[in-house]
Amino acid sequence: MSRARTILGIFLLFLFLFALTGERPFASHLAYYYDILINIGINVILAVSLNLVNGYTGQFSLGHAGFMAVGAYAAGSWSEHLSPGLVNFLAGSNGVLTFVLQPFPFLQPFAFPTAVADNLALIVATMFGGLLAALAGLAVGIPSLRLRGDYLAIVTLGFGEIIRTLILNIDFLGAARGMSVTGRYTNMFWTFGFAAVAIYVVLGLVNSTYGRGFLTVRDDEVAAEAMGINTTKYKVIAFVVGAFFAGTAGSLFAHYAGFLTPEGFNFFKSVDVVVMVILGGMGSTTGVILAAALLTILPEVLRALAHTDFVPAAQKAIEGVIPIHLPPLQGLLENRLILYSLLLIIMMLTRPQGLFGDLAGSRKRVTSSASK
Amino acid sequence: MDALLKVDRCTIRFGGLTAVSNFDMSIGNRELVGLIGPNGAGKTTVFNMITGVYQPTEGQIFLSGDRLNGLKPFNITAKGIARTFQNIRLFASLTVFDNVRAAFNLHLKHGPLHALTRGPKFKREEADIGAQAMDLLKIFNLDRFRDVMCKNLPYGDQRRLEIVRALATKPRMLLLDEPAAGMNPTEKGALMTLIEFIQEKFDISVLLVEHDMRVVMGICKRIYVLDYGITIAEGPPDEIRRNPKVIQAYLGE
Ligand SMILES: Nc1ncnc2c1ncn2[C@@H]1O[C@H](COP(=O)(O)OP(=O)(O)OP(=O)(O)O)[C@@H](O)[C@H]1O
Ligand SMILES: [Mg+2]
Repeated sequence: MSRARTILGIFLLFLFLFALTGERPFASHLAYYYDILINIGINVILAVSLNLVNGYTGQFSLGHAGFMAVGAYAAGSWSEHLSPGLVNFLAGSNGVLTFVLQPFPFLQPFAFPTAVADNLALIVATMFGGLLAALAGLAVGIPSLRLRGDYLAIVTLGFGEIIRTLILNIDFLGAARGMSVTGRYTNMFWTFGFAAVAIYVVLGLVNSTYGRGFLTVRDDEVAAEAMGINTTKYKVIAFVVGAFFAGTAGSLFAHYAGFLTPEGFNFFKSVDVVVMVILGGMGSTTGVILAAALLTILPEVLRALAHTDFVPAAQKAIEGVIPIHLPPLQGLLENRLILYSLLLIIMMLTRPQGLFGDLAGSRKRVTSSASK
Repeated sequence: MDALLKVDRCTIRFGGLTAVSNFDMSIGNRELVGLIGPNGAGKTTVFNMITGVYQPTEGQIFLSGDRLNGLKPFNITAKGIARTFQNIRLFASLTVFDNVRAAFNLHLKHGPLHALTRGPKFKREEADIGAQAMDLLKIFNLDRFRDVMCKNLPYGDQRRLEIVRALATKPRMLLLDEPAAGMNPTEKGALMTLIEFIQEKFDISVLLVEHDMRVVMGICKRIYVLDYGITIAEGPPDEIRRNPKVIQAYLGE
């Protein structure tokens, strides 16, 4: 454990130095790989946090993209509209800081360097996005967590769609035009930093007597209640923590992409995350992290493959042998949903417990209301 | 109110079916009481009413004078009633040790934030819970299965683990729903000794639902008999054995 901590510490320190010194490689040949790495980090946050809800607590939520959207738009508008005013108020030429520092001219050179200021702005915006998403989680969670299984899935799916529709109709958030976020502060350090925090929080919670409550809710709600465990409270906490980290992922995305559209947070985004959790093995954090990385990289690899000369040639060759008209292979390779279905089918056939999971069929047991 | 548990004219209906009607029961401190009756008589339903899984349609339930009606099951457990289930309901994805540790949840002094900061207070409490759980497992000779997934335990041991888990909530009253089901005669004999031992060692009252007459008659001081949701007899084993209504109910089965 302590060795793992040391390694993690060194890794984060390295990333931190990288974040402060390294320019983001906007136009270099590295940009593409940087992009993929950041996306892996964001997807790890999403998958690990959804795993607390769907995996460890056994509640089937399909609304993670909704919480991500709340975080993204909240953090985005914070950086665009709220934060500049606040920063100006505090540190502007007529701001509080200037006023306070006025009697001490020798302190003024110690004003924040930009690199530090940008990182600070990102943390504040991300916490803001996370908190608003957590509030949304509380608001959705309390009424809907009485529902079980499929019903909860439908309600959370509805929530995601409502958020998307709301954004489409709010002019302040750019509606269908989209919203730009000028401060593109997201870097490797904070993306993986927040991913590390999400992993630590989920594992820390689950590996304690307190957190074993989440697992008992998944295994058998009736028995959990009979052992004095407040199952409703656990479900709400899982939901709120999950939503918080979805919100932070949203903020990191907003400050990376620099542009948000409601379509980026549609139902399929939620499905992406659910597939990562299922593929990784419900309730296995390691598996889910790997699945998140795999499902970020694989579409890129397939896309690259689709654009080689080999694919159209292969299609011609096949159609030459069998006289049928195939759907364009290129399109098939680029279609994420086909990839997901294939992966899930292969997984169900070979490793139903997920890549690393050891909890075979833990979701099979949707507790009946009657208790004998 | 000197009774520990008092069930006062409780009736429960499921749609048109009256599963239990006008049920009265009073259990004192340190009593070992039996509840018997043919299949479908309403025994498990009585358990479910007492533990808050179902709310009685009419009537009231008290534990040491505190009214239990309307409380959620976890509240009732916190007040001191623990139970086992007729069809075993262990936490299938947890080990034997973790099943027991999970049941200490109720008495936890730490919350989610302590679980994240992992300070000395948290560590001390976790160590303490671990030790208490091991002590309980040792009493029941289950400590050798500590890290076994509970679903891989032999059937009889699963039943006993359920009892250990219930005891971990530190109850004043323990409800056992057919603990001898599926056990062989030797195991049943051991179980009888065990239940009496638990009653004394933990200084609690036990309400036992059991089909095996030898077990019930052997250890219970007082027995209630239900038939079609109606109490047809109540008294010491010798009386119950000779009661014509009871014989009738069982023979008519
Ligand atoms: N949730 C429910 N909805 C409808 N009917 C129910 C429900 N729970 C129990 N019953 C009915 O109540 C009656 C009593 O059932 P209960 O399970 O309490 O019997 P029991 O005495 O425990 O029987 P057994 O010895 O078979 O365990 C049965 O007729 C049963 O079908
Ligand atoms: Mg029963």
